[in-house]
Amino acid sequence: MTKLADMAKLIRSKNAGPFSLTIDIMFADQTNYAKVKHSGVIHPAFISKLYRTDINHLKIEFFDAGHAIKISFPRPTVSGSFKDADVFGGQQYGPLVDLEF
Amino acid sequence: MQELRALAATGILGSGFKMESFEKGLSWKPDFIGCDAGTTDFGPYFLGSGESHFSDDAIKRDLRLILLGAQKNRIPAIIGSAGTSGADTQVEHTVRILQEIAGAENLHFRLGVIYSEIQKEYLLEMIRKNRCSPLDPAFPLTEEIVQKSVRIVGLAGAEPFMECLDNGCRVIIAGRSSDTSVYAALPLKMGLPPAPVWHAAKILECGAACVEQRQYPDCMFASIDAEGFCIEPPNSDYRCTPVSVASHMLYESASAYELVEPSGVLDTRQASYQPLTPRSVRVAGGLFEPAEKYSIKIEGVQLAGYQSIIIGGVRDPVILRQLDSWLEGMEQKIHARIRSIYGEMIKQKYSLLFRIYGRNAVMAELEPMLDVGHEVGILIEILADTEALARSIATAAGHIALHYPVPEWSGLITGLALPHSPAEIFKGPMYEFNMNHVVLPESYRDIFSIEYQEI
Repeated sequence: MTKLADMAKLIRSKNAGPFSLTIDIMFADQTNYAKVKHSGVIHPAFISKLYRTDINHLKIEFFDAGHAIKISFPRPTVSGSFKDADVFGGQQYGPLVDLEF
Repeated sequence: MQELRALAATGILGSGFKMESFEKGLSWKPDFIGCDAGTTDFGPYFLGSGESHFSDDAIKRDLRLILLGAQKNRIPAIIGSAGTSGADTQVEHTVRILQEIAGAENLHFRLGVIYSEIQKEYLLEMIRKNRCSPLDPAFPLTEEIVQKSVRIVGLAGAEPFMECLDNGCRVIIAGRSSDTSVYAALPLKMGLPPAPVWHAAKILECGAACVEQRQYPDCMFASIDAEGFCIEPPNSDYRCTPVSVASHMLYESASAYELVEPSGVLDTRQASYQPLTPRSVRVAGGLFEPAEKYSIKIEGVQLAGYQSIIIGGVRDPVILRQLDSWLEGMEQKIHARIRSIYGEMIKQKYSLLFRIYGRNAVMAELEPMLDVGHEVGILIEILADTEALARSIATAAGHIALHYPVPEWSGLITGLALPHSPAEIFKGPMYEFNMNHVVLPESYRDIFSIEYQEI
């Protein structure tokens, strides 16, 4: 088993505007990208459960040109609102780092 | 028009760029210098307060070099989203900084100032005319939200910038604008097709962010033609690769392939990214679908209240073993103390929040791992209707928290390590974003006004 962190060159999260969060999983080459893409792990059912987000508002895109996977969904709290702990949304990818393939 | 060259000074004005990179970029003979100056990344405070995120000194350093470079090379300098949020007061403040630089350096030019603030009456009228629609995640824009707003701005497309250029401006300072419109205006005005222009603009708008490994903010350079564009970092320590450039389409965008602008949507699904040299990339094949209706995205903030915070740490293993019950008891005790000062009705006038660093402060309810290590950091947050109340509650809450007991220890304990004196930090007004919508104006002139100055 290999962890996602060992296969990806970058896993990051950030706001896509104050109301949405977007996570990029980026790979150095086609090999690891294809492995993760075809593993079926990065699947709406799994991600919506992990991030407790409505599957109907979750978007997962496989970006072949950039060897990258993009996951976007509404933020659980609006950026900078009272309950929000991550104004930039920069540290919301943690649970993906140790995913095993 | 065969080709048009753009120099992006940096990703956001005031974040800096290397002088050597900038001069190298100028030596490649750009047709204009662009720089974005704003973002919602820093949160709602800046649109609410009208303050800028970066210091005047930092903005002046970058703007001075941009103005001198533009003057020397007789090319326009275009700045968008001035002063972080592009509010009128931030635009005026940036213009004052520009005037100081121009005075000191004896610079003379025609300045175009674009204002992006939206009047409440106008927005209410647009709501009534059903010319306002929500973006995803959607919620309705009510009259109440508009009335409660402290400030509302619209994100300008390329059109007001093009008007400034048509009227002979050598320098443009704009209020809130889409990041890309700064870079799209001149190439569109010169007749280049929208697909390569908007695609290049998206790659340019964060400066050196599209390189393989960005160490610090810096410049970026693009040559745009009718079929596509070439992108190359002026800094010789950086390189653009097909993957680094393609990947930048992903950055801070909910879509990997699409870029939505007032005048249409760029679709990069069919785009190709080819290496030109080991440091530069040729991009082509993007498509631009003109919008059926011209739309302007709006941003608004309202006052959430006044905020105080207390930072503390816990090291005692006895407390850490029962952290949840300790905090629950503490929270109840704090509420009881506040009621004892102000009476029952006070509970509608404040909120209290604990963030437990070392457990789940970063992800809150989404955190799957709830283990606690040998210490935790506790951030107590208070939001209240008035500044006086936020201060009063913080000092009362801090005192309760500091000495809140656990059953195992008999006698008075001090359960929080407080790094500050005073322990309470009064943060002042707190704002919150309250709009995620577009309006459909008859013309961009309904929202954006332009003022010309001879500097």
